Amino acid sequence: MIRITRKVEFSAAHFYHNPNFSPEENLRLFGKCNNPHGHGHNYTLEVTIAGEPDPTTGMVLDLKELKEILQTEVIDRMDHRHLNYEVPELAGQIPTCENIAALIWKLLLPRITRGQLDRVRLYESPDLFVDCTASNSNHNGARA
Amino acid sequence: MKVSLTRRYRFAASHRLHTPRLSESENQRVYGKCSNPYGHGHNYSVEVTVSGPIDPATGMIANLAQLDPYVETRILEAFDQKYLNEQVPEFAPEKSLVPTTENLCRVIFQRLKGFPLAHLDRVRIEETSNNSFEIEESLDAAA
Repeated sequence: MIRITRKVEFSAAHFYHNPNFSPEENLRLFGKCNNPHGHGHNYTLEVTIAGEPDPTTGMVLDLKELKEILQTEVIDRMDHRHLNYEVPELAGQIPTCENIAALIWKLLLPRITRGQLDRVRLYESPDLFVDCTASNSNHNGARA
Repeated sequence: MKVSLTRRYRFAASHRLHTPRLSESENQRVYGKCSNPYGHGHNYSVEVTVSGPIDPATGMIANLAQLDPYVETRILEAFDQKYLNEQVPEFAPEKSLVPTTENLCRVIFQRLKGFPLAHLDRVRIEETSNNSFEIEESLDAAA
């Protein structure tokens, strides 16, 4: 089995606020991320597909095809958007790195028809990232 | 789908790779310049990976406002700007545990595994940008 990874970047705004909590509780839980004017990040997304190379093309999945899928499912949906207001799939959720990565996993899963979606890694900054892996994956931690 | 969160921390520390179990010439052969009696230092980068359910109220596996101080008190305050051989109890001379980054992975894992708000999956340390070491709970008997 071979793993292939494609990286894309997008920039988006968000803030953390749970309407079920008081303003004080929101501030305590989320700190400066609770600023109602929002703030933004340059997100880096790494998507890994695992599979056997096709004997004819030598490819697990044409990275060009993966690029187009990432453009449609992720970039068009999230790049230069406000995640609290402009991504309907995140409605009712706090747009944390965890929830965004989980959404990306769910959006990509039905689109990957050759190879298997192995890992979605979303960096919010160089010092913070979230991994989504298949429950039966051999990724026990965060790394290949 | 399993979700994990990884946070990177940094500290700078010095160490010396040397064991009384080996002769001076053996130490020199095994550890080379890392056995220089005056020690040397690194800028360590530590990735801490935790996993667990995403709390629907916060959207988080673990609030960084709680993970950061946990790592700060147990790791950064104990290791940053220190001489690991003399100032970290796990590496005290009587323990005979050489402060290689392999052993540092185990020590840091042990210090963090009690984090009450999520499950500690992995600790990965970059000693330099060319050398990295990692410990995963499921792959290491000492974790």
